[in-house]
Amino acid sequence: MQVTINVNGEDHSADVEARHLLVRFLRDDLGLTGTHWGCDTSNCGTCVVLMDGEPVKSCTVLAAMAAGHKVRTVEGLEGPDGLDPVQQGFVEKHGLQCGFCTPGMMMTARALLDRNPDPSEDEIREAISGQLCRCTGYLNIVRAVQWAAQHPAAPAEAPAQNAGRAA
Amino acid sequence: MTTVEESAPAPEPASAPEERPIGYGRLKRKEDPRFVRGKGHYVDDIQLPGMLHGAVLRSPLAHARIVSIDTSAAESHPKVKAVITGAALEGLGLAWMPTLSMDTQAVLATDKVRFQGQEVAFVVAEDHYAARDAVELIDVEYEPLDPVIDARHALDPGAPVIRDDQEGRTDNHIFDWEAGDREATDAVFARADVVVAQDMLYPRVHPAPLETCGCVADMDPVEGKLTLWETTQAPHAHRTLYAMVAGLPEHKIRVVSPDIGGGFGNKVGIYPGYVCAVVGSILTGKPVKWVEDRSENLMSTSFARDYHMHGEIAASRDGRILAVRVNVLADHGAFNGTAQPTKYPAGFFHIFTGSYDIEAAHCKVTGVYTNKAPGGVAYACSFRVTEAVYLVERMVDCLADELGEDPAELRMKNLLRPEQFPYHNKTGWEYDSGDYPATLRKALDVAGYAELRREQAERRARGELMGVGVSFFTETVGAGPRAHMDILGLGMADGCELRIHPTGKAVLRISVQSQGQGHETTFAQIVAEELGIPPEDIEVVHGDTDQTPFGLGTYGSRSTPVSGAAAAVVARKVRDKSRIIAGAMLEISPEDLEWEKGRWFVKGDPGNAKTIPEIALAAHGALELPEGVEGHLEATTVYNPPNLTYPYGAYICVVDVDPGTGVVKVRRFVAVDDCGTRINPTIIEGQVHGGLADGVGMALMEIIAFDEDGNCLSGSFMDYLLPTALEVPAWELDHTVTPSPHHPIGAKGIGESATVGSPPAVVNAVMDAIGVRHADMPLTPGRVWQAMHGGVGAPQ
Repeated sequence: MQVTINVNGEDHSADVEARHLLVRFLRDDLGLTGTHWGCDTSNCGTCVVLMDGEPVKSCTVLAAMAAGHKVRTVEGLEGPDGLDPVQQGFVEKHGLQCGFCTPGMMMTARALLDRNPDPSEDEIREAISGQLCRCTGYLNIVRAVQWAAQHPAAPAEAPAQNAGRAA
Repeated sequence: MTTVEESAPAPEPASAPEERPIGYGRLKRKEDPRFVRGKGHYVDDIQLPGMLHGAVLRSPLAHARIVSIDTSAAESHPKVKAVITGAALEGLGLAWMPTLSMDTQAVLATDKVRFQGQEVAFVVAEDHYAARDAVELIDVEYEPLDPVIDARHALDPGAPVIRDDQEGRTDNHIFDWEAGDREATDAVFARADVVVAQDMLYPRVHPAPLETCGCVADMDPVEGKLTLWETTQAPHAHRTLYAMVAGLPEHKIRVVSPDIGGGFGNKVGIYPGYVCAVVGSILTGKPVKWVEDRSENLMSTSFARDYHMHGEIAASRDGRILAVRVNVLADHGAFNGTAQPTKYPAGFFHIFTGSYDIEAAHCKVTGVYTNKAPGGVAYACSFRVTEAVYLVERMVDCLADELGEDPAELRMKNLLRPEQFPYHNKTGWEYDSGDYPATLRKALDVAGYAELRREQAERRARGELMGVGVSFFTETVGAGPRAHMDILGLGMADGCELRIHPTGKAVLRISVQSQGQGHETTFAQIVAEELGIPPEDIEVVHGDTDQTPFGLGTYGSRSTPVSGAAAAVVARKVRDKSRIIAGAMLEISPEDLEWEKGRWFVKGDPGNAKTIPEIALAAHGALELPEGVEGHLEATTVYNPPNLTYPYGAYICVVDVDPGTGVVKVRRFVAVDDCGTRINPTIIEGQVHGGLADGVGMALMEIIAFDEDGNCLSGSFMDYLLPTALEVPAWELDHTVTPSPHHPIGAKGIGESATVGSPPAVVNAVMDAIGVRHADMPLTPGRVWQAMHGGVGAPQ
């Protein structure tokens, strides 16, 4: 079936099987391999992307269901002025090791900060509780999100944080 | 050489000044810029022209004879290019492969299946979906056999013989292995005032790296060269094993381990999927990708632990620990695939005397086959040190319970003293260094131990269940000296190559393979410390066997002890040569030069100097060099460690247990680690955080369980529970520094310490809270509730 999905501000049209998963569409068809695949039961969250600004597990979304929607992946986080504060926070606070959970974690953090710019530690832990990390023990991820909250992007950038806007 | 540093937790100011240490310190990671942009290169990111996709058909039964396999429907699928069965592999001599324990493992089952999830057939198709569709079209007829699931019955007379492929075999016994002095130990036990015995199971768990195992095999039919991108922690060992097994010439095999999404010991060995992908590529002439899904990973790749342990501890009435005696029944699954040095079938379990000055010790380990997946050594175990530390740290708490002593005081009374190092324990280890009492005191201070006990008494009076658990562990990491330690005959020394380019930039080629531990950063820091080249000017190359020197890879926390030592040694070789060249440049005897980080200067004349970039350019230029000195500035080395390193730590866990439900909440966790010289404290802290989460997970949530028919009950993340951000506390870390005297930079390994040391702290805390001597992990609410009400929680 024919679908058109807006990914990181650009429309992508393709003829896909109805059963094609969004995570595979992003990775295999668009070559956006930052989004990962870590389980087969929707638990790990390495595949989290934003759909219309909301974090979704793209292994649990059909590409067909994303048709006509705006999808934002890790590749769409960085702006013309540099890394998103969330990305910078993960670097600053050593919020990643192997890097496999990192894209999904950062997308969830971006969505959290977009609706709650000053989350408590409990709110951060709750927000990422649908996602597993095997390396960090989570504490530095919490610190990374706190760092990002304390270093918001310049005000002019704010509208660009809406899902799907071209970076 | 022992110093205790002041507390130095991670600096927390929001706008810390940019830190760029030249050498050791909190350098930000060189790996991060690509990972935070989604620009890492993991195996499943690889796309090659014409690449095909493989998928495995797996056994639904734990034990069954294969009557027939019908692949005709799969073969006629329009997108299928090849269907490989065990019979086809037999013709190539590849139906079975050697394991790291010198047993054999079926690549694809020929005679029978021996565990649920075992590989039976392999389909190669044009795309991911078609390969999985075609797997469903294969029809296998099985004749079910009785399985052996409970290891405690594996040696019963008349038990089904799992490995009837081995000629003359009539039972499921793999090995008996002993360490220590049985007679001396028995004698101490006979005269001891107090003897406490306890059975305990360290349950089967799984390392579950977030990225599963996979590969892309590309056999170039023109060059006759196989390139194999693999999730492997030991690419060079894999290359050699493929050469030996498949008969391919070793120089025509290139194994590349790209970015790895966590390994945790899961990615040490060779799995049937890799072999099938190679065969698939040979048969089709196209690259073949195989990436397993999570249930395949949990059901068929290397599990960890599964030690049934009977521990005994002997002590005097006043609390002097005299001896420890252990019998272990080790469940190895259907093929003995444990990864450890050849001479150590139970790994380094004989470090079970722990951190204590014990008069005598003995252990006997018996390995048996069961109808389960192979494995055993994985999940940050340092070759069975997790089991050893759990055993001794639980036994010490059992003894404290028996004597009515405080568990921290009992430990303090029995810890090895600093002046006893290097310490020869009673089972053959030589501990390199330690100041254990100082580290335990620090942990007690950070935790506010006395105050915790007061709080606990108050809460108890109110009917609340609060527990405090202590563990003190000694690790043994950095395998190892070639004379004693090899993997399938390959000595556990590691090579290193350092080349300084004409402009003073450098490339360091190492034999170990990061899976997130930050080697690209920390190895650059080692060279930076030795040569004064900024770490950002040093490229660390790893994982590609065509580009890096031979070595045994990353596991057992051996990177810093072995390869890190090699990096320091090779940098010192370069420094020595740079001195000669600087002497030639300055027309002065090299002996008259003095080193200051990054440059050689004339003694007494600090302004008269040559920097490393100046020397590097001269070494590549027209400078006349002294006789016997070659041009260029580079060196190679192979580091054969004289001993392992023995990091250690004191951990304190505080839990609250809900008396109504048995739910355990880990409220605090204090970890004081000592790994000697600290190359990058930020990275060390991250390693410890991750290991502590492992420990909480194992103690409270994780188990690979089976029913009596051998069905794996934990084959997905719905059932194999891993801690999320909600189950773990904000870790409280501190450290002491007791360098390893034999290591070139005094550094010990650290990566596995927290996974090794934390489970007994959690279990000790829960037992302390509920007033029960022992209950087996995982301490799920149901099991805790049972233990509180007089049950013991059925061992799996």
